[in-house]
Amino acid sequence: MISSGEHLPALQVVLPLLAAPLMVLVRRGTFAWLLATAVSWGTLLIAVALAARVREAGPIAYAIGNWPPPWGIEYRVDAVNAYVLVLVSLVASVVAPYARASIAAELPRDQRYLFFTMFSLCLAGLLGMTITGDAFNLFVFLEISSLSTYVLIALGRDRRALLAAYQYLVLGTIGATFYIIGVGLLYLMTGTLNIADLAARLREVHELRPVLAALAFITVGIGLKLAMFPLHFWLPNAYAYAPSAITAFLAATATKVSIYVLLRLYFTVFAVRLVFEQLPMAQVLIALSVLAIVATSLVAVFQRDLKRMFAYSSVAQIGYITLGAALVNEPGLTGAVAHLFNHGLTKGALFLLLGGISLRLGGTGIDRVAGLARTMPLTSLGIVLAGLSLIGIPATAGFISKWYFVLGAIEHGYAWLAVLIVATSLIALAYVWRFVEMAYLREPGPGAANPREAPASMLIPAWIMVAGCIYFGLDTSFPVGGARLAAEVLLGGAR
Amino acid sequence: MSPESAILAALAVPVIGALAIAACDRRPDLRETATLATSVILLACVASLLRPVLDGARPEVALVEMLPGIALAFRVEPLGMSFALLASALWIVNSLYSIGYMRGNGEKHQTRFYVCFALALASTMGIAFSANLLTLFVFYEALTLITYPLVTHHGDDEARQGGRTYLGLLLGTSILFLLPAIALTWAIAGTLDFVPGGILRSGLSNAAIGGLLALYVFGIGKAALMPVHRWLPAAMVAPTPVSALLHAVAVVKAGVFSLVKVIVYVFGVDQIAGLKSVDWLPFVSGFTIIAASIIALRSDNLKRRLAYSTVSQLSYVVLSVSLLTPLSVAGAALHIVAHAFGKITLFFAAGAIYTASHKTEVSQLDGIGRRMPWTMAAFAIGALSMIGLPPTAGFVSKWFILSGAMAAANWVAVAVIAASTLLNAGYFLPIVYRAFFREGDDRAHGEAPATMVAALALTALATIAFFFMSDIPVALARRLAGA
Repeated sequence: MISSGEHLPALQVVLPLLAAPLMVLVRRGTFAWLLATAVSWGTLLIAVALAARVREAGPIAYAIGNWPPPWGIEYRVDAVNAYVLVLVSLVASVVAPYARASIAAELPRDQRYLFFTMFSLCLAGLLGMTITGDAFNLFVFLEISSLSTYVLIALGRDRRALLAAYQYLVLGTIGATFYIIGVGLLYLMTGTLNIADLAARLREVHELRPVLAALAFITVGIGLKLAMFPLHFWLPNAYAYAPSAITAFLAATATKVSIYVLLRLYFTVFAVRLVFEQLPMAQVLIALSVLAIVATSLVAVFQRDLKRMFAYSSVAQIGYITLGAALVNEPGLTGAVAHLFNHGLTKGALFLLLGGISLRLGGTGIDRVAGLARTMPLTSLGIVLAGLSLIGIPATAGFISKWYFVLGAIEHGYAWLAVLIVATSLIALAYVWRFVEMAYLREPGPGAANPREAPASMLIPAWIMVAGCIYFGLDTSFPVGGARLAAEVLLGGAR
Repeated sequence: MSPESAILAALAVPVIGALAIAACDRRPDLRETATLATSVILLACVASLLRPVLDGARPEVALVEMLPGIALAFRVEPLGMSFALLASALWIVNSLYSIGYMRGNGEKHQTRFYVCFALALASTMGIAFSANLLTLFVFYEALTLITYPLVTHHGDDEARQGGRTYLGLLLGTSILFLLPAIALTWAIAGTLDFVPGGILRSGLSNAAIGGLLALYVFGIGKAALMPVHRWLPAAMVAPTPVSALLHAVAVVKAGVFSLVKVIVYVFGVDQIAGLKSVDWLPFVSGFTIIAASIIALRSDNLKRRLAYSTVSQLSYVVLSVSLLTPLSVAGAALHIVAHAFGKITLFFAAGAIYTASHKTEVSQLDGIGRRMPWTMAAFAIGALSMIGLPPTAGFVSKWFILSGAMAAANWVAVAVIAASTLLNAGYFLPIVYRAFFREGDDRAHGEAPATMVAALALTALATIAFFFMSDIPVALARRLAGA
């Protein structure tokens, strides 16, 4: 069955989905960890296989339970979501091995298996959102991933994690509700929930008002989930107080999948003509993105806690992605899709390394890391390298996406935007360098506890991500090649 | 060794050397041996490329395709050849000097120092041999970042502050102006390769060319044109061998080198000669020459005076290339090399004075020539080269620059050069006078450690030797300018 590869799209989601109840049945932390690691590696293999097949033979359609679409649920893999599947499963397979040591310090023994259960469910939800070709099924997976995320955040050591999870729960539920209202309106107008079918039938709908209402609901709903400025207020708290492994996982995947969903709905379902030509969505998105980049980057500079600082930086980086998409041209979209991957790697690396700091120093306050280069040299160096990628120094992954954003802005004729893109990366320089000066140019404080390097099981996964930040800055055939294909599909779907 | 593998070796040797240095952390003698051995091997690799390049070959290597159509690629042409030769030759002397200085002053973190130094040389080789703008940009930024730990070596508040200015200005200008300039070039020309005659052939408007040139000129902050020169004096907080690296071996040279390379191989001298929109560059650089000289004249701190002298001398290169005649372009290429020998001698001398006597101000130097005759004699030779008097290196390049200015009939440039020569004399000769002809306090100290004196004597000798044996640099410079 597997050898024929025909069922790979289903297995992509089913594997982590089935692993979760198994973990609850066995109730062993170690077993759950092993299973979660094995499952995430399995999903990575499947995602890579799917991506390779899509690149060779074009989109793959898979009818769940052999019910033909549009009646049954269709899984549909094309250049766009194959790319996102690889990102999500890649990050999961790096985070899962890392999580064991990190969680051991943060959770009581009897809760650990539950952590991995939730992790698998969350992975299943995110992969499902990405792979499904059905708007309602997408909602189901959105809820699966969201609910498990709330639990994962609430598991954080700090009691404020509960409040952060609650805040996210309220906003996330509003987002999901808005999304489903939007889908309902679309169903009302077209009588279908299949995304490809929706796209085809919407072309024939002449009564636009409900469609526009649907667009508005979906934009706000998904905007909440992807932390689009100014709907990002849940994110800094959630990232700051969640367990370290989860912060890394969420930062690298959850918002990225939501952005994918937005791109899919904008470009495939509603189409460029409606979103960007009849409505001034491009201008709205550009304005919001610019605000996001400038405002939250500046806020990041003044944070006292490194996790919060990089959380605010995430909102800014999401701004770059939506900005690239709003340019609606090939370089801009290529940059946006490539930045999903590049920023996922970069932020994943940063939060994984911060997890090590949190483990050894008991927190990530900026004052704690004084003299860190002496006590944790590998962690410090990793943060510097990933930080360079965040700034967008050439020969790092972050540079590649920035290059495309600048090209996109130039092609769009927005010289001021190109200036803004490069100018705001200097703000990133400012906040990254706060860490550098603290870690490298200060003496360790008197109360510096436990001056040791993080355990290898955490350091190695983190450094895999760091190495990725450099490697994919030099050899860009996967991130840029994939992103260009994705951009073509997204733009082509519109014409 | 084939020229292609020599290019790769020149890039790899300093990196491998850095690893070896790091591995010898606890054995200083072995570590310093590793530095010296690496520098000698590097020079051998680079020198093996000289003959083919003089014969007209342009060996090239492409590594990976960083972006569709733009590879990380290297190509040796005359300008890069002379820069690489200069940097790798001076690194040997500089290492010799570093050993004396770092030990003599009991500096900390010496392993980090030597590792960063070697990596800085690797970045310099990348800049010198870059085949396109993106490769140049990658190594340009790498050089900024890897020299940051060197500039902030002492790790105190002053170093932190200097490091901020250094990094902020260099990274800031390169990201704000240079990156958009490169992106615009790509959008216009569809290529980033360095091609003799330039790549911007399509009918660009006059204003667009002027604007793009401005982005490049101020984006390459390492060229230290006013007003983006402040990082250079700020970097004086570093130990003296680092100042030598910054001022002579690599960093500022990388700046003017990149600028010359962009004007020759991206814009094309013939393409932009006579355009109204590029007229401003001689004025900006001329202003920098004069203004920096005046600041130098008024600085009592020796290293600060030298720093502003560098700012002024760098603008000679920019002024010269901006005259856009074959002679002046050759003069620019020559001055990159010629200035280095004199300036490294001056910095070595300043560091030797500091190590032996802990004096930093010009006004403290009365009579020091009697206690440190070798050092101050070398200083005098360096000073003559800065002024541009025979028989020193400075005369050779200045001769070309002046001839170029006259050929271009640019009398403003001629006047600037004449005035600055007087100013140079005005701020260097009094130091020599003080050292040898005034009575000073008689605190007993002799010369600095022997390796330092040897290093500065060597560079002083090279400054004179350049005058008598300038045929190779001149040949390379002429090949660049097609003159």
